[in-house]
Amino acid sequence: MRALAALATLTATGAIGVSAATYAATPRASLPTIERRVMCVTCKIPLNVAESTQADRERAFVRGLIADGDSEAQIERALVSQYGPSVLALPSAHGFDLSAYLAPLVAMLALAATLALLLPRWRRHARAQAAGRSAADATSTLTPADRARLEADLARFDG
Amino acid sequence: MPILVSLAGACLIGLLIYGVSTRSASRTLDEAVAQGMHPAAPQAKRALPVLAAAPRGGAGDPSATAGATGSLAAYRGRVVVLNFWASWCEACRAETALLERAQGRLAQHGGTVLGVTYLDASDDSQGFLREHRITYPNLHDTTGEFARAYGTDQLPESFVIDRSGDVAAISRGEIDQAFLDRAAKLAEGAS
Repeated sequence: MRALAALATLTATGAIGVSAATYAATPRASLPTIERRVMCVTCKIPLNVAESTQADRERAFVRGLIADGDSEAQIERALVSQYGPSVLALPSAHGFDLSAYLAPLVAMLALAATLALLLPRWRRHARAQAAGRSAADATSTLTPADRARLEADLARFDG
Repeated sequence: MPILVSLAGACLIGLLIYGVSTRSASRTLDEAVAQGMHPAAPQAKRALPVLAAAPRGGAGDPSATAGATGSLAAYRGRVVVLNFWASWCEACRAETALLERAQGRLAQHGGTVLGVTYLDASDDSQGFLREHRITYPNLHDTTGEFARAYGTDQLPESFVIDRSGDVAAISRGEIDQAFLDRAAKLAEGAS
């Protein structure tokens, strides 16, 4: 009997743990979060900065869904089903819209590849130039007579 | 290497041009109609959810039409004034009386006004239909693709579709009586 009671307690604790974990995994949707991800369809600006009758209607629509306990994903789906995909502030991750995410990535990779190829070339060029300069410096070394005259001139200027 | 960089740059510019051209409103229909041609009404067979004007819980409750769809193709053989609108559009509000009167005139000759709403929640659209006691049929373009096919980017916009399902006239902006008279004459002409 005691063993049965212990098993029941363990099962109940486990069930509470699982439901708590599930609840924690699906956080309650909030209006400010949704507002940042959604556009005012008439003003064409994010809902969180929009002030218009239509923006208020969209907020009321979202509030209603939050009150119904819908998740953020469900609310976004409901908004798209009413206003179309243009209601979302971020482009979708499929079709042509995917290029909005891929194009900057490809551009950055191309830039990195270009730099990786060109930097060693620039470095080699700079080194060659430096070597040329030091060779030129070596050839233009002053004679002791010229050096003495230069130092005398400098001393006269300082004096 | 410079060839590769140029190619990547050209690809990015091409992508930008493609993106801008596909997102901007097409005026192909306007150009064709201006040249006296009657292009086929685009996406006529696209099924769109039907909007019901009746109040919730009453006879003809919107829930009764939930899942019901309609299309422009269903009106083939009739003259249709296809009117794009939204509940937030003030000019749309102003032209409802004209459209409702036109509906009476068109219906005598088998024609109809067909409203299509987009960028608008169903409840708001239904509220608008109730408020203005609109009797002609209305559909909800939930994705905006049907409206885009007509180059619609400002509301209201109206198109006269003849009996063959071709675009006979276009009005971008608030309609006037002359535009509706033309549609009515088209309906009367062959009835």
